[in-house]
Amino acid sequence: MNEPKRPLPRADEFDTQAFWAGTKEKEFRYQQCTQCETVVFYARRHCTGCLDGELEWKVASGRATVYTYSVVRQSYHPFFRNQVPYAVAWVDLEEGPRILSNIVGVADPLTDVSIGMPLQIEWEEHDDLCIPLFKPA
Amino acid sequence: MSQDRDAAIVGIHEYPSRDVEGEVSPLQIKAESASRALKDAGLNWSDVDAIYDAGEAGGMAGLTMAEYFGLSPNVIDTTNVGGSSYEFHAAHARRDIRAGKAKVALLTYGSTAHSNARAIGVGGRGGASMHPAENMDAYAGMTLIANYAMVAHRHMHQYGTTSEQLAEISVATRMHAMRNPEAVRAMEDLEFLDIRETTISDVVNSRMIADPLHLLECCMISDGGGAVVIASPEVARDCRKAPVWILGSGEATKYPMSGGDITTSAAAQSGPQAFLEAGVTPGEMDIAMIYDSFSITVLALLEDLGFCPKGEGGRWVEGGRLRFDRPNDGPALNTDGGGLSSNHPGMRGIFLLLEATRQLRGESTSQVADAKLAVAHGNGGMLGSRHAAGTIILGRD
Repeated sequence: MNEPKRPLPRADEFDTQAFWAGTKEKEFRYQQCTQCETVVFYARRHCTGCLDGELEWKVASGRATVYTYSVVRQSYHPFFRNQVPYAVAWVDLEEGPRILSNIVGVADPLTDVSIGMPLQIEWEEHDDLCIPLFKPA
Repeated sequence: MSQDRDAAIVGIHEYPSRDVEGEVSPLQIKAESASRALKDAGLNWSDVDAIYDAGEAGGMAGLTMAEYFGLSPNVIDTTNVGGSSYEFHAAHARRDIRAGKAKVALLTYGSTAHSNARAIGVGGRGGASMHPAENMDAYAGMTLIANYAMVAHRHMHQYGTTSEQLAEISVATRMHAMRNPEAVRAMEDLEFLDIRETTISDVVNSRMIADPLHLLECCMISDGGGAVVIASPEVARDCRKAPVWILGSGEATKYPMSGGDITTSAAAQSGPQAFLEAGVTPGEMDIAMIYDSFSITVLALLEDLGFCPKGEGGRWVEGGRLRFDRPNDGPALNTDGGGLSSNHPGMRGIFLLLEATRQLRGESTSQVADAKLAVAHGNGGMLGSRHAAGTIILGRD
């Protein structure tokens, strides 16, 4: 019997493939326009701030904070139903990107997660990529 | 302030059953609702020259719905913005009628989400698709309820909003549902455990689904559907029922952004457009039909629409202010019982138009005396990430 697995992103999706390729090196990559300095996240080929800008890849430090979160008590998903209760959060990277992720490395997500809490990235390894999760800093 | 009266809702129908036990299809719900709404208006199939369809019943709706109905429309609009599709459709129908492209517009909705046992709120949302945004989000296991719960959590953090304040929305809506026989039957058919008026303590003591949202702050999953007929002034004059005019509309979307404020929705953009166009203010509304997927949806949208300043919604709704029998305190909320307690087949926007129309005709089961103005606000997609907002202002003669 195969254990249900976390749903993984597709590594070949046009816009986000370079982000996911970076996760193999445990790099959290994001883009910034060399012309107008707009931070673009999720990854795209075009700058959303100006028409001629070149997007430059940067690597985030992995330092972040909880913008907001919820503790999921009930899920029918074959993988996540066995993970409850678990914390889902919008996480703000220090450099600007906001990403949906999970808070891990806490004894009890019901009491040990709070808005504004400092976080550090925690990579979950898979065959072709790593998943960016976050733990208390 | 002069108001343009150039398109009116003239016919409505709400499909009564919330549990068709798999014996009726979404298409059949749409067609039956359409025929009843046309009858309500005193019109016929042959009068319809514009159709608006979100494609929820499958197929390529722009190609297949006219044939299914047996129509030859001149305007075919297949805007799909989730649950707010029907507010967008009403806005577009008015625009098309004003432009002289159509005289009688038909909007329909049908869904058998309950019969299909779709676990909308706590279901999958796994398997990554090829849209880049979903390719970033899917691994985190965010249920739909958790998405809205994250808005509620941030709202509590930023403004001190409490679960008891959020519960006011569930309590007022259930009170209205208990006065609506179709809503009571819906709760019976869907096997609600305890069908009665609720208290704040009932809500905050119900099971936590995704912190901080409790079971009684979440909408039901039902079957259902309905139809709306919108007509030009010339047609409206000869219809059976008094016209309910579309006075203003607004559309917007919102999505996650670096440094963005999750407590403010796209309604903050669509609402002012609609009120400005209608030449009225939120304070003049008798009825607020606000998409109640969850308690927090209503709280955030009431603020964004301008009923109170951002962050003050919790205090504003306290003390049963949203009940239909408190006309001096502002608008009555979701007087049909809402998605929380009457029906939610997945895309609830059409029911907002239906109950607002019933109120302005004097036909509601929780009728506000002499109701003249209503706002219907649909939220499509997910409030805590990417969503669409459609605001419609309605008024009677």
